[in-house]
Amino acid sequence: MTALAEGVAGAGGVAPDTPVRSGRRSRVAWRWIVFGALGLYFLVPIGASIWFTVRDRRGGGVTFEPYTQIPTAEGFAETFGRSLLLGALTVVIALALMVPTVLLVELRFPRLRTTVELLTLLPLVLPPIALVVGVRSVLAWAPDYFYGTPVAEFMFALQEPELPWILVLVYVVLALPFVYRALDAGVRGGQLRTLTEAARNLGASWPRTMFSVVLPVLRTSVLNAVFLTLALVLGEFTVANILGFQTFPTWIVLVSGAAPQLSVAVSVLSLLLTWALLLLISALDRRRGTKENA
Amino acid sequence: MAPFFLYLAVFLLLPLVVLAVEAFRVTDPVTFEEGWSTANLGTVTEGAYGRAYVGSLQLSAITAVIGAVLGLALAVAVLGARRGRLLRRMVLTAAGVLANFGGVPLAFAFLATIGNAGVVTALLTDTLGLSFSLYSMTGLAIVYSYFLIPLMVLTILPALEGLRPQWREAADNLGASGWQYWRYVGGPVLAPPVLGATMLLFASSFAAYATAKALVGSSIPLVTLQIADSLSSNVVVGAENLGKALALGMVVLVGLVMAFYAWVQRRTQRWLT
Repeated sequence: MTALAEGVAGAGGVAPDTPVRSGRRSRVAWRWIVFGALGLYFLVPIGASIWFTVRDRRGGGVTFEPYTQIPTAEGFAETFGRSLLLGALTVVIALALMVPTVLLVELRFPRLRTTVELLTLLPLVLPPIALVVGVRSVLAWAPDYFYGTPVAEFMFALQEPELPWILVLVYVVLALPFVYRALDAGVRGGQLRTLTEAARNLGASWPRTMFSVVLPVLRTSVLNAVFLTLALVLGEFTVANILGFQTFPTWIVLVSGAAPQLSVAVSVLSLLLTWALLLLISALDRRRGTKENA
Repeated sequence: MAPFFLYLAVFLLLPLVVLAVEAFRVTDPVTFEEGWSTANLGTVTEGAYGRAYVGSLQLSAITAVIGAVLGLALAVAVLGARRGRLLRRMVLTAAGVLANFGGVPLAFAFLATIGNAGVVTALLTDTLGLSFSLYSMTGLAIVYSYFLIPLMVLTILPALEGLRPQWREAADNLGASGWQYWRYVGGPVLAPPVLGATMLLFASSFAAYATAKALVGSSIPLVTLQIADSLSSNVVVGAENLGKALALGMVVLVGLVMAFYAWVQRRTQRWLT
């Protein structure tokens, strides 16, 4: 009986946009149980953290002091600024490296696709701490083997505490999986081969094809890649900590001992702000998408 | 293509090779002379280091399974959210933040919630009579799930979206029950991606360092904490090389897990293609 009803319901929709069909009461109830339980699990820590930060322990009542003291807190401006700069540099290098790679794989060397795909997935499963221990060993060569040579000078320059370029270079590796996948999705969805062939047949030069055809098609995926990379760098702790540099996340851990409320306030704020930003990007993306389809 | 391969050779391959070579260097505690030996590998498999590997593997296996099951449930629920377009977008973006932003903020959110001075701690211990510590394996598992479940949602959603509604309709029209559909159609199609996502969760949990460091310092036996400890130790001679051996062990273990996954994948995909 129910099987028949299901069959009819299923045949009714020509192309349901969701594969998992809704409609049956038990199924709906089950879904809300999942949402409810996991919603509780995900919302309670956020809510409790906010309460933790605004609760005034001495006077009772509510205070926003932990939030107002963030901008002037010692080390905040310096480390946050540094993390932002590291993020921007990582974005630039990662894109400069991966946009041409993805395009070349798509247009010129399709045979290399599997290799490139596997290589870019490697940082996803490889523990960053193992990678950074290796990087540390290589950097230790400067005083051990190359002392007094330009190579050592260069390696020391990479480790300038004010702007540690070595972090940028390692972060590019860590960001590869996200950047590649975002760009690859754009290339595949954009029918790039057809578009570039059309442009070339109409007499456009390669640079012109690049800037007027290829990059506009990839706009959304580049935006995605940029955002994921920024979020990754702003939250990255392991590499910075092992190499001994002060960045935003290591600063949060550093101040937690003396000012627990401040560290929780910064944590909650950074999570919520990142989420808001991502929500905004997805909303923009959606609006653009519907406009283009219409 | 050359810049890409060159970059990976310098910043991915070279560190790993150096790691693999220098893990076999030892410093003599008396003469301070360096030499080659497999002593490091022996040391890291026993005692406190061995326990750290076991601890890390246990924690990763358990949290990977928990994250995979709950994440799959959430992903299915999100896909079915018909009216809640906004709900769906909010869940997906939140998952993106939690899965990628890193463990430090999460650790502090949980410290404020169920840590020693946490807001909900008193409620749990006094009112409900639960004895519970955030600074334990269980506590870590609870915090790890906070970024593993979102990671599962993000990874498995494309696969779920790939399940064609026509398959379900065909099964229904042929008189299959819901269970039969999942047993003979949906399950086998989803099995490889679910297994792959679980492996990813395992690797992610195994490699997690920030959360554990911010939460428990180094009081819990985990490899990542031990590595960081041995690198910052000035007391033990040659501890640095011990850290390299520990890191090499992690790479080997992850490699074994991935090899197993590739083998299973090849077996299951044989009839799907």
